[in-house]
Amino acid sequence: MFEHYLSLFIRAVFVENMALAFFLGMCTFLAISKRVETALGLGIAVIVVLTLTVPVNNLVLHNFLDEGALAWTGIAALEQVDLRFLGLMCYIGLIAALVQILEMFLDRYVPALYNALGIFLPLITVNCAILGASLFMVERNYQFGESVVFGFGAGFGWALAIVLLAAIREKLKYSDVPEGLRGLGIVFVITGLMSLGFMSFAGVQL
Amino acid sequence: MAQLKAREVLFAPIFANNPIALQILGICSALAITTKMSTTVTMCLAVVFVMTLSNFFVSVIRSIIPSNIRIIVQMTIITALVIVVDQVLQAYAFQLSRELSVFVGLIITNCIILGRAEAFAMQNPPLISAVDGFGNALGYSLVLLFVGFSRELFGSGSVFGAQILSLSTEGGWYVANGLMLLPPSAFLLIGGFIWVLRSVRVEQIEKEPYEIGPNTRTSPAF
Repeated sequence: MFEHYLSLFIRAVFVENMALAFFLGMCTFLAISKRVETALGLGIAVIVVLTLTVPVNNLVLHNFLDEGALAWTGIAALEQVDLRFLGLMCYIGLIAALVQILEMFLDRYVPALYNALGIFLPLITVNCAILGASLFMVERNYQFGESVVFGFGAGFGWALAIVLLAAIREKLKYSDVPEGLRGLGIVFVITGLMSLGFMSFAGVQL
Repeated sequence: MAQLKAREVLFAPIFANNPIALQILGICSALAITTKMSTTVTMCLAVVFVMTLSNFFVSVIRSIIPSNIRIIVQMTIITALVIVVDQVLQAYAFQLSRELSVFVGLIITNCIILGRAEAFAMQNPPLISAVDGFGNALGYSLVLLFVGFSRELFGSGSVFGAQILSLSTEGGWYVANGLMLLPPSAFLLIGGFIWVLRSVRVEQIEKEPYEIGPNTRTSPAF
């Protein structure tokens, strides 16, 4: 059992890295990777939010939306209901709500962390990596335990990628980039090369 | 006057203010599906549909949305439209819907759509907002189609599944470039696209945050 989870985690972090293999969360990935500290703050926020939202969405799917999932209500008319078409709306609503609650909670009880994460928390709602992870969880039929591991792994992989990119971009200040490629262009090329690097993990299997 | 403005609104986002190349918006859900023209075109049509209508509907009710919950209202409108696209694809093009997997759902978090709803549709009347949504979606589609075309042509020698370059594995002359089918090629292609675009439109080149001063040391190094 432990091995299964470990292999799932390694796959989520390296082989199927959210940012570098599926291009998820790209907007924030490219925009907020100029400095290592901010990238690290955003990365941690993404890890926290993903570890919470993926399992919660998993519970919602299995207890409310899936075909026959409403059987626990005991109402005969609800036993055959299949609400999966409402999935998208539920997931994004839950993500927005959870991020909001997390923000208020941190503000009240962990002000240090709240100040460190600052503007990144609300931004995360529209980060596609978050919704993407929930949708992958649905598509691959993860059970609850798996969804916890997958959520954490996906967040960890994304954070790793953005911190690495920020580190490279800090060094890049000293290099002489062709005019047209300056700024955004070269970041795309770097991300492409990083993505190539991460592909060498493709064969890793535990 | 109104005619001219509509034209401007429609064409400005395509080259002059391209959402992908200039504003880094909406790359997230798109790059993974550009390995083939068929999926790329489907994605483009879906985005054009969602974006035009979401801008239109947001604009219609813009004066009655309370401003502190406007993001949620916009998200709900966009999500409803994406669900329509998703259900239509599952019903009439199941194979395509399989190939696009989670990326149809991810149109919701495509930042261009929310960005245009927030920046344009909240301040302008419905028709011009719809035109703006359409124009931005076209600008987005242009980049996507370019990437999708290059990747399918050089990666598997075909366009829309029809063989253009005969592959060496089937006795032809073209050795398929496997790199084009892998994720990194999309980044490299967009990087190249930005380079070309900015070489033509020099005003889009980003300024260096600071200049490195010349080496003023006068004594010999050793």
